[in-house]
Amino acid sequence: MNDVTENINNEIKNNSVVLFIKGTPVFPMCGFSAATVQILTNLGVKFHSINVLDSDEIREGIKKFSNWPTIPQLYVKEEFIGGCDIIKEMFESGELLKLLNTKGIEINPS
Amino acid sequence: MAMEKEDLEKLIKQSIPDAKITIEDLRGDGDHYSATVISKKFKDKSMVEQHKMVYKSLKGKMGNELHALMLKTKSE
Repeated sequence: MNDVTENINNEIKNNSVVLFIKGTPVFPMCGFSAATVQILTNLGVKFHSINVLDSDEIREGIKKFSNWPTIPQLYVKEEFIGGCDIIKEMFESGELLKLLNTKGIEINPS
Repeated sequence: MAMEKEDLEKLIKQSIPDAKITIEDLRGDGDHYSATVISKKFKDKSMVEQHKMVYKSLKGKMGNELHALMLKTKSE
């Protein structure tokens, strides 16, 4: 296992909900990242975010790691949930909330 | 970098021949598309798996030549 893979592995192991985005939750640098931040915030989910623009290694590494070509990417309890379209669709259908509940993630809607 | 709508459709059709595809060029710049893909091949597959099948059909263009593709997949 190389360093990047190990790094990513540690992040998703040590944090229940991890969102890989471009930018930060306060200043997302891409509309798709912004949309996913908004959904998680809306649901009241505490998440750990990783700005892929900080590191080219992580930016490329996470795409290989998940076998997924785009950012954002959401992980819950080490499981890859999907990118922006899937998160949006799951949010709208209520599936995302169900999944978070099933996985025992704490939710505090505002 | 951009891509023609027809090329996009062709690529998806190549690997998912029965796909019913609706593509919309969101900004008219050939770089931001929205696509709905419906296929029998998606049956019993998770959303992640369905999207991966479409991404795979684009042969690495997703995230490179193609910046944004809003994707919706459905099994027939």
